Amino acid sequence: MSEHSPVLLMVCPVFAAVFCVLFGMRNKAVCLPLVLLGLGGSLYFAVDVFYQVQASSSKAISYYLAGWNGTDFPRGVGIEYRVDLLNSLVLMLIPAVGLLAALFSREFVPRETPGKEPQYYTLFLLLLTGLMGMTVTGDAFNLYVLLEVSSLTGYALIAMGSPRAAVSAFQYVILGTIGATFYLLGVGYLYIKTGSLNMSGIHHAIVAHGLMESPAIYVAFILIFAGIWVKLAFFPVFNWLPNAYSQAPTSTGCVVAPLMTKVSVYIMVRVMITLFGADYVYGSLDWSGPIVWVSVIAILSGSVLAFAQKDLRRMLTYLIVAEVGYMVGGAWLLVPGGMARGELLSQTATGMVGTTYHIISDAAMTLCLFMAAGAMIRKAGSSRISSMYGLFSKSPVTMVCFVVGALSMIGVPPTCGFFSKWYLVSGAFAAGRWEFAIALLISSLMNAVLFFRVIEHAFFMNPDDKGEENIAPAFSENPSSMLVPLVLAAASLFAIGLFNKEIAGYLEQFLFYAQFGSYG
Amino acid sequence: MEEFIHSKFNYWIYVLLMMIGLWGMIAKNNLIKKLIGMSIFQTAIILFYVSIAVKEKEANIPILPHHGHDYSPLAAAAHAGHGDGDGGHKDDNGHNASPEGHGDHGDHGHAGAHDPKVPVPNEFANPLPHVLMLTAIVVGVATLGLALAISQKIFKHYGTLEEDELLKKVRADDYV
Amino acid sequence: MEVTIQHIASLKPLFVFLAPLAGLLGIVLLRKHPNAREGATFVAAISQCAVVYSMLPDVLAGNYPGHIFWEILPGVNIQLRVDPMGMVFAMVASTLWILTTLYAIGYMRGAHEHAQTRFFAFFAISITATMGVAFAANLFTMYLFYEMLSLATFPLVTHHQDKEARGGGRTYLTYLLGTSVGFALPAIIYIYWKTGGTVDFMSTEVLNWHIGKTEGGFLLLLLVFGFAKGGLMPFHSWLPGAMVAPTPVSALLHAVAVVKVGVFCILRVYTGVFDQELLHSLDTGLIVTYVAAFTVLVSSLIALSQDNLKRRLAFSTIGQLGYITVGASLLASGAIKGIDAPQAMIGSILHIAMHACGKITLFFCAGAIYVGAHKKYISELDGIGRRMPFTMTAFMIGAFSVIGLPPTGGVISKWFLIQGALEAKYTFVMAILLVSSFLNIIYLLPIAIRAFFIPQNEGAFHGRASEAPWQCVVPLCITALMSVLLFFFSGPLLELATDATQFLKPR
Repeated sequence: MSEHSPVLLMVCPVFAAVFCVLFGMRNKAVCLPLVLLGLGGSLYFAVDVFYQVQASSSKAISYYLAGWNGTDFPRGVGIEYRVDLLNSLVLMLIPAVGLLAALFSREFVPRETPGKEPQYYTLFLLLLTGLMGMTVTGDAFNLYVLLEVSSLTGYALIAMGSPRAAVSAFQYVILGTIGATFYLLGVGYLYIKTGSLNMSGIHHAIVAHGLMESPAIYVAFILIFAGIWVKLAFFPVFNWLPNAYSQAPTSTGCVVAPLMTKVSVYIMVRVMITLFGADYVYGSLDWSGPIVWVSVIAILSGSVLAFAQKDLRRMLTYLIVAEVGYMVGGAWLLVPGGMARGELLSQTATGMVGTTYHIISDAAMTLCLFMAAGAMIRKAGSSRISSMYGLFSKSPVTMVCFVVGALSMIGVPPTCGFFSKWYLVSGAFAAGRWEFAIALLISSLMNAVLFFRVIEHAFFMNPDDKGEENIAPAFSENPSSMLVPLVLAAASLFAIGLFNKEIAGYLEQFLFYAQFGSYG
Repeated sequence: MEEFIHSKFNYWIYVLLMMIGLWGMIAKNNLIKKLIGMSIFQTAIILFYVSIAVKEKEANIPILPHHGHDYSPLAAAAHAGHGDGDGGHKDDNGHNASPEGHGDHGDHGHAGAHDPKVPVPNEFANPLPHVLMLTAIVVGVATLGLALAISQKIFKHYGTLEEDELLKKVRADDYV
Repeated sequence: MEVTIQHIASLKPLFVFLAPLAGLLGIVLLRKHPNAREGATFVAAISQCAVVYSMLPDVLAGNYPGHIFWEILPGVNIQLRVDPMGMVFAMVASTLWILTTLYAIGYMRGAHEHAQTRFFAFFAISITATMGVAFAANLFTMYLFYEMLSLATFPLVTHHQDKEARGGGRTYLTYLLGTSVGFALPAIIYIYWKTGGTVDFMSTEVLNWHIGKTEGGFLLLLLVFGFAKGGLMPFHSWLPGAMVAPTPVSALLHAVAVVKVGVFCILRVYTGVFDQELLHSLDTGLIVTYVAAFTVLVSSLIALSQDNLKRRLAFSTIGQLGYITVGASLLASGAIKGIDAPQAMIGSILHIAMHACGKITLFFCAGAIYVGAHKKYISELDGIGRRMPFTMTAFMIGAFSVIGLPPTGGVISKWFLIQGALEAKYTFVMAILLVSSFLNIIYLLPIAIRAFFIPQNEGAFHGRASEAPWQCVVPLCITALMSVLLFFFSGPLLELATDATQFLKPR
């Protein structure tokens, strides 16, 4: 509707954040409505952008900030916001997850960070702004700035929890800064060689000046990828994530866990497809072999470490590590020589559709599980899995949502987790990477055992397997401000699953236009 | 060999600083020392970017008069903005900007045929990396501030900033 | 007999599928009024059964009603289609659901079980899933409902929520989910990828010469062992474990719905997924035959040593499922090439129905004995026949059917299976089937004989053993009667089973 939608979707939460500081200090009650208003605005504009992208002939729209001359292309140093089929989906995902998490946070924020609601919600909004900015921007340096915006607010939101959380947040700051700085360094090298900061401009220059074999570009790729690697919490640098996410305040976990790593995966895909270009990443580089193996290790180690956890949220955070392995491995599945034969990108990088679909479905199921876990911990009074007994009788709606999330994580049809696995496993078959397919299936089975352990505790009454008394605890369900977002998140798992064909269709189209759309 | 080191000494220093910073962040036990390492690390990147902007022939910053030319910065920017056919990126960056010494020498041939009122782009350092670094400095300051605030919170609760003692106390908490 | 096949769009399969779900709604809404709640189950069960039977003439005439829900993946629909094989299974399951409901009311109230609403609700979901498997038109839909059944039966298996139930439930899900996710799912994805997106059972694009011999053999093993509900060794342990469930669950789900879903899926794999030409060329076909024959023999031997009545029945079930798998696996025998209607397959399909009636009778009796006399062990049953004459007579008839003695339905299916073994020129299979039938006699008949002819032990029943409530006794008499009737009126079933074989021709 509005040509300014790509920027308005970021402006909304920024203004909401400003108002949150201005008015929230006097009256704490205005904070949450402001958050909902800001994110609602974002979601509205994101949907608008989505339709604009659909309507445009190249399936992508550009927005040049401050009206710089976008046609002056290879030299581009102005900031461009560029939305195509992939990030239009991610852009709708972020405010939607934010909205549900914000609704859910009503019970938790006054309890876990008493007296700091305005600060909390301001940071919350800025975090989402940063994430949306990372998604929408088409400029490599701008991406760094927004990455830091989202990281800084993320550190702060995590540190607002217990003192223990502050220790984890500090470790996260150190590693996160290393990652972001490596990225910045890589961008510097690209700028030296190409003279551009615009992502497609850089790619254009790499192709136009025959820089495919340049060692400087190679170094830039290594630096950028190393930076993203840390942000992804990809094996072996994943240790910061379980600490930070599991000790964060509940409502922080609900927004950070679903979005941070997923947006990082999106950045990785963007860097691979748009910044360096598929022809470089899949053609010149020969990294597919080792990276898929590393992701196999990531998947298995995440699952195994999850087994060792007695704490529910900590177990879930290790599963995020495994899920990151799914997505990174999927992005690097490759039919050897496919690029050189000029085949379709979706048939060369066979896991890419699965990876991008999993960005959406994993965000939804992580949201569902973290909210359900928060609600369960609230009812059980402890985050230890062994304290969860009898929860099915106490709060059945919460538990049903948890079970739905668990089923999706295990990969039971027709939830979205099943279809992620479907696309990823068939991609692995097509690429001939059996080890990856086997790792996915093993991880499914391990997830089944893991979640089953929790569900079993919640289903059975007596905690110590002794005694004949099966007295069901009295019914006491969580308040509806928690149940509504939880049920919506659980329902979205089915919706994303049932519409997987449409979503995968968009993503395949995205790959097609990425290959042939701009310069073909 | 001497020439090799000498001609790119600022890049050598950036690498050295970066390694010092990285070592500080990872190996130091004290949280504040880690943050000092972080600052050094970030500063190294700033040095790197600023070095990119350097050009041969005593290029200066655009707001200072140079070689007696009379010009306006706006006009200079307009000129610099024009693409010049063959790989327009090369001029902006100067050749010694490439750390591998990858010969991306631009032609400086057009330096003589310009309007005397308009400054020669090569006489001015590339302003863009400086602008980028202004942003990066802001980011660095914000990160440092936040990290210090977090260390304060840690110190208030645990009474120490030494990482090993801290982890011991954290683990003791976990077992309770 | 040549039937021209027509696919007709119809809402009937949908209704059959949705009836239990509508019943579920009624059950949940009426949870405060037990009688009305059970009424809702009855309405759902009877209307479902009526609609299933109303489709019988159509299916016999070659008109297969079908319904498409949703195109879930490119080229793959969630789709229902009623074909002869599914029809046999659906008739059995829907008929027995009515009887089981009646029985469950008597059992659950008689044994004062808790959480009865949950019990009936998940029962209804399980029946929905069973119908979904019976009518599934493609591999994907079948897998979907197969998993749904595994999960929906978990709360039923662990109904008692005690330590024993926890252990049994754990084994149950570990085996079923482990095999389906670990074996069947990758095979399905591989087939989908290899055939370019076709998994329909009636499509001409299913696995044929596109696929290599080694791959095909591997896929066959993955699929056969992946559908572990079929109870093939070594993935059979879930079944005895699941016997911790209340008896109506064991009866319907573990003599009829769950285990038959397993063998039904295996039959589908043999008839709908693999091209017959390809099947004959596979080396692994014989492996399945050996494993199934081994299962038949070994489970019968294990059953001999079981003193717990339900466990003995469970191992007997594993053996009888082995018969069905053996029958299906004979299709891979090269000797069967060119034969129009392989008798082994007819026998397998018939055995689904025949064994269901016989075994559910036995389980009903076991439950009735528990409700009426609180006895679980065979050694305690001496002389109980005098106190529970109806129950033990029915037990006798059920045992006859499972063994395969006239005049019960079990004779017919076993006859066809043995004929099929000869047809396939596998004499050892015939030998094993006969030996196993002999073992069946040894472990089943003495129970009934001792119940009637050995005088009861002093003070064994404390004088309170009598027939269970009528809701328990009536269904088991009806199923015993059905076992006998199937011997005399097996015509429609036989016709359906023969119709089902016509899909075996080279496509």
